[in-house]
Amino acid sequence: MIRFKVNGKEKTFDGDPDMPLLWYLRDVAGLMGTKFGCGISLCGACTVHQNGQAIRSCTTAMKEVGGTEITTIEGIAPLHPVQKAWMEIKVPQCGYCQTGQIMQAIALLKENKNPNDSDIDTAMAGNLCRCGTYQRIRAAIHQAAKELA
Amino acid sequence: MNIIENVSRRGFLRGVVASGVFVLSARFVPEPLWAAEGEAAAAGIEPSLWMSIAADGTVTIVAHRSEMGCGSRTALPLVVADELDADWPKVKIDQAIGDPKYGDQDTDGSHSVRSFFDEMRYVGAAGRAMLISAAAAQWNVSPKDCITEPHFVVHKASGRKLGYGELAAAAAKLPVPKKEDLQLKSKSQWRYIGKESNVLFDLRDMVTGKAIFGMDAAMPGMVYASIEHPPVLGQKIKSYDDKAALKVPGVQKTLTIETVKPPHLFKPLGGVAVIGDNTWATFKGRKALKIEWDNNSPHSSYNSDAFRKTLEATSRQPGKVVRNVGDVDAAFAKGGKIIEAEYYTPHLAHASMEPPVAVAEYRDGKVLAWAPTQNPQAVQETIAGVLGIKKEDVTCHVTLLGGAFGRKSMPDHVAEAAVLSKQLRKPVKVVWTREDDIHFDYFHSVAAMYMKAAVGADGKPTAWLQRTVYPPIGSTFDAAAKYADDEMGLGWNNLPFDIPNHRAENGPADYHVRIGWFRSVANVYHAFAIHSFADELAHAANKDSVQYLLELIGPARIVPLEYKEDEADEKQRYPLDTARLRRVVEIVAEKSNWGKRPMGRGRGMGIAAHRSFLTYVATVVEVEVDNRGQVHIPNAWTALDAGTVVSPDNIRNQFEGAAVFGTSLALFGEITATNGVINQSNFNNYQLTRINRAPRHVDVQIVESDAPPAGVGEPGVPPFAPALCNAVFAATGKRVRELPMSKTKLV
Repeated sequence: MIRFKVNGKEKTFDGDPDMPLLWYLRDVAGLMGTKFGCGISLCGACTVHQNGQAIRSCTTAMKEVGGTEITTIEGIAPLHPVQKAWMEIKVPQCGYCQTGQIMQAIALLKENKNPNDSDIDTAMAGNLCRCGTYQRIRAAIHQAAKELA
Repeated sequence: MNIIENVSRRGFLRGVVASGVFVLSARFVPEPLWAAEGEAAAAGIEPSLWMSIAADGTVTIVAHRSEMGCGSRTALPLVVADELDADWPKVKIDQAIGDPKYGDQDTDGSHSVRSFFDEMRYVGAAGRAMLISAAAAQWNVSPKDCITEPHFVVHKASGRKLGYGELAAAAAKLPVPKKEDLQLKSKSQWRYIGKESNVLFDLRDMVTGKAIFGMDAAMPGMVYASIEHPPVLGQKIKSYDDKAALKVPGVQKTLTIETVKPPHLFKPLGGVAVIGDNTWATFKGRKALKIEWDNNSPHSSYNSDAFRKTLEATSRQPGKVVRNVGDVDAAFAKGGKIIEAEYYTPHLAHASMEPPVAVAEYRDGKVLAWAPTQNPQAVQETIAGVLGIKKEDVTCHVTLLGGAFGRKSMPDHVAEAAVLSKQLRKPVKVVWTREDDIHFDYFHSVAAMYMKAAVGADGKPTAWLQRTVYPPIGSTFDAAAKYADDEMGLGWNNLPFDIPNHRAENGPADYHVRIGWFRSVANVYHAFAIHSFADELAHAANKDSVQYLLELIGPARIVPLEYKEDEADEKQRYPLDTARLRRVVEIVAEKSNWGKRPMGRGRGMGIAAHRSFLTYVATVVEVEVDNRGQVHIPNAWTALDAGTVVSPDNIRNQFEGAAVFGTSLALFGEITATNGVINQSNFNNYQLTRINRAPRHVDVQIVESDAPPAGVGEPGVPPFAPALCNAVFAATGKRVRELPMSKTKLV
């Protein structure tokens, strides 16, 4: 039995310990905000926080989740300054990758209060957006950093 | 929020099943919409198809086009709301099921706004006129003495007001005004059309994780399926062993799907499906399958290197003439300076961030599907064809699409879910892996282009021959098709240059994979060849690329073109106007400070201008090529004239994204086959542009225009790659004649 927390709530899991956290979140816990994109940590659509750090839930097995605290996009409430900036800059097109982008950006701003363009590019390079909203993602992170300062 | 609410509004099942998954399940019976909820509706009137007003003032507008990131689901309802004079925060959007009563629902070809702008205006204006009449009758005054402000009818003289919700029931009983009696707003009266303040209806849901994509759809009691498709198109199963797969925890069983026979249409490819309790179990189970495939497919000898040689050989032979002006042969015979060049572009995969996915349930001879589809009517037709039922018995709900770029106008994945559900008698969710998505796409076609020009003493061409060869999209619908058809209108039979002798040709090619529509379609390779060649001629003439391009375009005029019968609208309302093309070139040259920016070593700028989907676009790209030959893009500028626009900021977003999409296909994009098997599988070997390689800054200028609306989702892509390659030539002297650029050694 694996014990852990998701968005502050105690959870247990006794299924396949190899199941990636992504599929636990989506198919078992019904938390659909975390997205499937590649399955091998190459696109970042599945980004969540484990003990506050951004991780790829598609390659994090449930056996690695025990004793940790997981935060998904549904656990980011009320509206975070990053989400507000995303709305003000009107970042999304299709929107599918954006929850992963936002989780990555929140983790970045926790570690670096005032990232420059190059810091942002380094932190966000693992998050693909096929619609190509990168310019707005960069602008939104700068704006959120200002609001958080 | 959106879909759940829609579902609830129709009394559908709402909430959470035991597993905690949102349920989107019900059988939908269309209801007349123009009525206060719960009241008998005054059916049979056209606005009722598109909107309703509830007693509390909530206006519900139907979006019949899919949302894949281009903004159609917001733009058309905004147009209705504007003419209705509705208060946008009181508007809800109801996503339509697939139904021919809505007209064309195939969200492709960048034509949602173009094709439905006028109709949506009249729908809104009819509603507004009926609300005014209802208020005037209540006050016993003339409708002419009444005006509207958002969500209210106002009597001018007395200042009395009635809200739309209060008037809805009475207005619904009135006859619908005739179109010719309706007064549309003037442009200066628009509250939403053309305004910067417009935002996507689903924006908040998208940033909070509440937006529901196809990947998030679920039905009670559903099982999951993952399918091992034939590695080579048309391969059949010789034998398979599922013993190990069935031992994987959560795997329930395996099923086979018959291998597709041509024409492939949107039918399931075939293969072995692993059915399980959750997505992961089915993925894991698939890895444990042992399948032996036969070796009889005619496509098992498909090798990209050899195929390229075949295409190129064909491109050097005369082809089918698709446009002829003057006599190129006579001009070439005169001699003088002849310039030839060949261009090549590979297959590409769409790779939308959400892989193909669908949920379907077969029950009592009918199918209910939830899918991220660009074309719910094609879902109806495909499933009806595959299962032998009536298309009216297929109900297709449309979720948000996690990107599509053309892939999701081809609903093979939805048909798979229906086929499996019929066998299992349970709702089935089919989830494609990224590897499935890249291996089994309806690919963007591989293409070879041959170009030849004779140039006069002034450096301008006296003759221009262009020949293009690729397996056509038509081969997906007719296995014998070897020549392109609609693709010719995509930047090949409509060269806007002022050249006395011009011939455009198309040569034949066989298909070996499924070919489909990909964002901007044939414009991508056509624009690459034409605008790279134009730049080659500019340099051969020792002229500035922008000046030369303007000379090629020539004086302001309407270019005489031949139109098909179904292109009457294009002919009348969207003639090819070189004044508009010149204008975007001039604007982009000015904004980019063309010719005036200091260009150090390894830096350069390039331009291309291409009209597609009836929108005029010019793009300038600035590059920096470092000493390892890596290309960086500090700046790109685009000017576009798309006629009347609904949401300018969304259009800027589309064109910013097109620059990134263009960067992907120019720098990295390549799908190849060996013995019929696709070599690429995921984002490690089919790379997309990441934030650190994307153009650092993209500037988008929208030309103010009263012309009818044209496309915005696709037209930004075609000029990008040639402008980038032209910039690389300016920076390095290396001419890129094939994509991706990594094939050309730059240092």
